[in-house]
Amino acid sequence: MSDNIISRDDWSLHRKGHLDQQRHQEKVRDAIKNNLGEIISEEGIILSDGKKTVKVPIKSLEEFHFRFDFNKQKHTGQGSGESKVGDVLGREAQEKGPGKGPGAGEEPGVDYYEAEVTFEELAGILFQDLELPNLDSKKTPIITNDAIEFNDIRKQGIMSNVDKKRTILEAIKRNAVHGQKKLETITPEDLRFKTWEIKPRYESNAVVLAMMDTSGSMGNFEKYIARTFFFWMVQFLRSKYENVVIHFLSHHTEAKEVTEHEFFTKGESGGTRCSSVYRLALEIIKKNYNPADYNLYPFHFTDGDNIASDNENCVRLVNELLQYTNLFGYGEILRTQYTSTLMSAYKKGLKDDKFRGVTIRDKTEVYKTLKTFFSTSQRS
Amino acid sequence: MSNELKELEKSIDKIAEVAKGFGLDFYPVRFEICPADIIYTFGAYGMPTRFSHWSFGKSFHKMKMQYDFNLSRIYELVINSNPCYAFLLEGNSLIQNKLVIAHVFAHCDFFKNNASFARTNRGMVESMAVSAERIRKMEFDYGRPEVERILDAAISIQEHVDNRGFIDRERKEDKSDTKNTVDKKDPYEDLFALDHPIPKEEETPQKVLPKPQKDLLKYIMKNSKYLKEWQREILAIIRDEMLYFYPQMETKIMNEGWASYWHARILRELDLSEAEAIDFAIMHAGVIQPSRMINPYFLGYKIWEGIEKRWNEPDKEDKEELGLKGGEGRTKMFEIREMENDVSFIRNYLTRDIIEELDMFSFQKVGNTWQVTEKDWRQVRDDLSANLFNCGYPYIVVEDGDYNRSGELLLAHCHEGVDLDIQYLERTLPNVYTLWGRGVHLSTIVDGKPVLYSFSGERVIKSLR
Repeated sequence: MSDNIISRDDWSLHRKGHLDQQRHQEKVRDAIKNNLGEIISEEGIILSDGKKTVKVPIKSLEEFHFRFDFNKQKHTGQGSGESKVGDVLGREAQEKGPGKGPGAGEEPGVDYYEAEVTFEELAGILFQDLELPNLDSKKTPIITNDAIEFNDIRKQGIMSNVDKKRTILEAIKRNAVHGQKKLETITPEDLRFKTWEIKPRYESNAVVLAMMDTSGSMGNFEKYIARTFFFWMVQFLRSKYENVVIHFLSHHTEAKEVTEHEFFTKGESGGTRCSSVYRLALEIIKKNYNPADYNLYPFHFTDGDNIASDNENCVRLVNELLQYTNLFGYGEILRTQYTSTLMSAYKKGLKDDKFRGVTIRDKTEVYKTLKTFFSTSQRS
Repeated sequence: MSNELKELEKSIDKIAEVAKGFGLDFYPVRFEICPADIIYTFGAYGMPTRFSHWSFGKSFHKMKMQYDFNLSRIYELVINSNPCYAFLLEGNSLIQNKLVIAHVFAHCDFFKNNASFARTNRGMVESMAVSAERIRKMEFDYGRPEVERILDAAISIQEHVDNRGFIDRERKEDKSDTKNTVDKKDPYEDLFALDHPIPKEEETPQKVLPKPQKDLLKYIMKNSKYLKEWQREILAIIRDEMLYFYPQMETKIMNEGWASYWHARILRELDLSEAEAIDFAIMHAGVIQPSRMINPYFLGYKIWEGIEKRWNEPDKEDKEELGLKGGEGRTKMFEIREMENDVSFIRNYLTRDIIEELDMFSFQKVGNTWQVTEKDWRQVRDDLSANLFNCGYPYIVVEDGDYNRSGELLLAHCHEGVDLDIQYLERTLPNVYTLWGRGVHLSTIVDGKPVLYSFSGERVIKSLR
């Protein structure tokens, strides 16, 4: 008989790899959560248009150890027979990615861990804590769908809905009545069932007015920030609310309503007169949306470089808007440490809680802005 | 037992017989057929019974994905233990399994006979299972985040053990511990000595270590004032497991080459049908396929074949200079498989012929292009051998455990021409701090200048030495 044995076992319960993989995924998710500021302002993600999976570089999940600098090391390679000194094997990879240079994927510097997440997953994490603030549900709600809620316990029901905990408690109680400290048989009288109710789910009407400065003073950075914000705002509203109407308004010295596509792609030039867009907003509200029936949310992004004489007008118009709306979000994109005259005018002239102003100096602050505008309690 | 298993069992017996006939000497082997995700789990963990950690999950995921996309395939996995465990991929064809079985026997022969493995724990499967259970219990007792924090830190310096440490230890024991050693007549004898402990002389605290210590894990485990007992235990576990894997890492080229050489020789002895012979040839070619970077299977295979040829039919030069008689190919091979590791294997037996036949070269970065910089066979050989030293990890030692007279830890990188990856260094030093509990420093050389990196809880500071 031989020393060697062959066998085949049932390995279906050996789940270790999968469990640790899950733990790794958890860490990826945590890392994404902690770096949302940086991740959501990544160009690649905005450009992905919400369709495919996105790659998110995650520093904290690399396994760090002492190692040599790959770029300063000599390596051994193999040619096809005619290699000679001076042969170029590859160039510094312009873009990270395999296939470029020798030993693809082994060079440090590009060897950061990239987690692949679907857009929905990322959006789910991001939108978790966001909501439309001051939403007034009394304003003519619309029924969106019916929700089933398990919220009642009865003595009759179908076996699949049996409430085990309550049933056992009943059995213990029954025994206790007879002075017995035990749980023996369960009689039909002990059985408790969960039952449900169908509840209509109401959702309030909400209208969002997205206003953006497209004047000449808005440089690439400013436009990028404004569009990043609006991109996530649109994604957020569409994923969380079914009855939100969004109007896109762009302005320089004059304002006009544009399509979503134009809003995200077109740039213009000229000076800046913010009051123009506020007037347009008021016009739209007065014409279509009675504030008694609708929740209204105007958001305005600009570089704050407004014609000085117009500031007073702006304060007056925003004050008027605030009377009708649930919140007014004002985002100012500034690369300097100064505060613009428009922001100071608002700070002085607007005393309403519903006004929320944010200054953005860095692209990671888009996340902070989303959280400021779309939270119930926070005030900036 | 199914027909397939019966068929395999017959093949195993036959192959074992042929292997033994060639002089291969191995432990009994327990073969086990496993589905792909199990093989890949073992591949990621290095051992079926190893503890849980997210980094294993990460590599499992990566390996499994490559398998699912048909990019790579592990046919087999062998564990260095007695008896030896080998896992065969479910779905291998019979001829694939024949090749794999022959390959496994050769690996097992190598594990059993190569000097590097002489001190490995052959009961590691069970030891790791016990350790995994210990760590699981710690997770219950101290919480997973806390255990993970220590594991993360320990794993990040796990390569820094000293698998030649026993040489020093034995020498010291010879001198001072004579009264302590018990004449070992049976394996439990030393336990009786525990009843009458011999009082040790009190050691005076040492400011400067007698000589730099390579075993970082051991030094920190013994000397950190900050670690709790269970945390030291984690370091001990990581260290033991690393010492177990270390010989495999330092003989990769030899071992894979050895197994490839023998699976080819053994299968030639079997009666293969024509179809099987073709399948075998395809698979063998796949295993030893050359690649741009060095394929250890291929290089090792070539060197072994070179040795056999050279000692079988030495040329005039070898006859005169080395006094080779010829016909000693196999004898020499068995001698080398016992005595050498990758560094010496490459340095001693990678010949000019092989380097030229494989068109090997050294390359490095010049400006922003990667260029062939060396074709001289001696230099190419030495470059490769140097890269394999210390399994390709930087050689880092503990220089002082009471640096600045404040209990801080000074590590020194023994710079041998290549700088460290600074980004990684700056992220690893905090992990050492986690374990040491006080300031940690690492001295190295960057761009020709001696520098010191320090971390004491906030951020890594670089200073010139």
